[in-house]
Amino acid sequence: MSTRTRTRQRAFGALAVVIALIWMFPVYWMLNSSFLPYNRIRAAEPSFLPLNGTLSAYGRVFDSNFFDTLRISAMVTGITVVAALLFAFLAALALSRFRFKGRRSFILAVLIIQMIPAEGLFISQFKLLEGWQLLNSVIGLSLLYIAAVVPFTIWMLRGFVNGVPRDLEEAALVDGCSRLQAFFRITFPLLAPGLVASGVYAFLQAWNEFTLSLVIMTRPENMTLPLWLRSFTEANRVSDWAGIMAGSVLVAVPVMIFFLLVQHRMTSGLVSGAVKG
Amino acid sequence: MLLLPALAILVAALGYPLYRQAVMSFQEYGLAQQFGQPAEWVGLDNYVTLVTDSYLWTVILRSIVFCFANAAITMVIGVALAVLMTVIGRGPRLILQIGLLLAWAMPHLASLTVWQWLFDSQYGVINWLLVNLGFDRFAGHSWLIDQLSFFVVATVIVVWMSVPFVAFAVYAGLTQVPGELYEAAEIDGASAWARFRAVTVPLVKPVLLIVMLLQIIWDLKVFTQIFVLQDAGGITAQTNLIGTYIYRLGLGEGEFGLAAAASWFVLLLTVVLSLYYVRVLVREEEL
Repeated sequence: MSTRTRTRQRAFGALAVVIALIWMFPVYWMLNSSFLPYNRIRAAEPSFLPLNGTLSAYGRVFDSNFFDTLRISAMVTGITVVAALLFAFLAALALSRFRFKGRRSFILAVLIIQMIPAEGLFISQFKLLEGWQLLNSVIGLSLLYIAAVVPFTIWMLRGFVNGVPRDLEEAALVDGCSRLQAFFRITFPLLAPGLVASGVYAFLQAWNEFTLSLVIMTRPENMTLPLWLRSFTEANRVSDWAGIMAGSVLVAVPVMIFFLLVQHRMTSGLVSGAVKG
Repeated sequence: MLLLPALAILVAALGYPLYRQAVMSFQEYGLAQQFGQPAEWVGLDNYVTLVTDSYLWTVILRSIVFCFANAAITMVIGVALAVLMTVIGRGPRLILQIGLLLAWAMPHLASLTVWQWLFDSQYGVINWLLVNLGFDRFAGHSWLIDQLSFFVVATVIVVWMSVPFVAFAVYAGLTQVPGELYEAAEIDGASAWARFRAVTVPLVKPVLLIVMLLQIIWDLKVFTQIFVLQDAGGITAQTNLIGTYIYRLGLGEGEFGLAAAASWFVLLLTVVLSLYYVRVLVREEEL
């Protein structure tokens, strides 16, 4: 490599680091502010390091109804993940292992449904749950979430099922396994990473969703975490940004860890058709 | 049958509401009906009311402008960062990727909350920075009150959230371009720009197309960001996009019939856009 290209590479490298720092600044700022005491949050000069910080902001969050909403969110998310995985897994199996009439149109429908915006449907979904007495209920919200994540989960799992060679299953059958045994001994273990990835995807969607829960969970005691964060922000906007940032940290950090684990699979799932090349 | 559970839930939670929405859009369905009065058939009245209401067109136009501006900015920055990733060393690349991933992983509500704090008029660090750079008029500046600067803030947030996906997807596409092609082009005497245009662009074009389309579809239905920022001090009538408009029409004013009719606009617009996406996917993928 010539010196000229090397200097150029260095310059670009430095630019990349600067951009990276700018991009992660909001995340850093959230953490930083959550540790600052009251007087330093409202100082004329912002504190860029949480030296001699305090955890009192987290205490103020725990004193609000944070844990009640955490429970609601956990229930909704749990139901969504389990049901979506189960349904999508069965459907993906059917789509990739059996040829039947309507198979192609089902796949197409899955793709199109995935694109339907919640904003175009929430009015009638609200009316629907109202009619079934399921407004403000964990079951009602989960039902909508399952329907929202199942299409993409099917799409993702189908890719994984396709990736398991049929020959392997057939070899097991020849060796005297029953169809069920072949499935549990051969196919299922190979699919485990796919199930984990799809499960985390469903988890993230349900945990972070805002619009539908805003529409469905109208009572304060039934808020999910994103709704809680919004109302907590509204209530403390004037007085307590440290508390608000502590709330954001608690909502964000666990989810971010999950996200980092599966990010790669989700990107490739979304553009799979194109990237494969 | 293995498909049955998935099918059942899709029909119950998506199919039936779609049907219900279609019916409702032809009915007089306001607050009175909400409390038990039978809904009256009004034919196309809701649609006529909407189409002749200039505010709807303002909102649609605003949404489209917002969508294309955001998608364009996101694409330009995202592609630039993806190309940047290919020319820098491993260390800086890793740092850049971590920075982008952190932004991407943030739940929307948490990022919105943080950005409100960054843009806070009194103690926000952005105003502090601008004042220290010599722009004194930003002391105590309130970003959300003015329509244009409201959308500037919204754009900053949306772009910040969306660039990582674009950058990673395009970078994944770029790394699949075989190195020999570049060498061959270099031997043939092609300049860096010519190599980029003749080798890189055609090979990553499918990825670019898909990513751009997804970006447009997503930016068209931006809801959370606008809704939360409106709460934080924006003037609703000046800042509504399609999503928030429907929400306020339906659940705010109880005009369910009108809101259902307006929803159909969004659906049609999105479906038209997504059909193209589906076609590209279907062509690439063996079904």
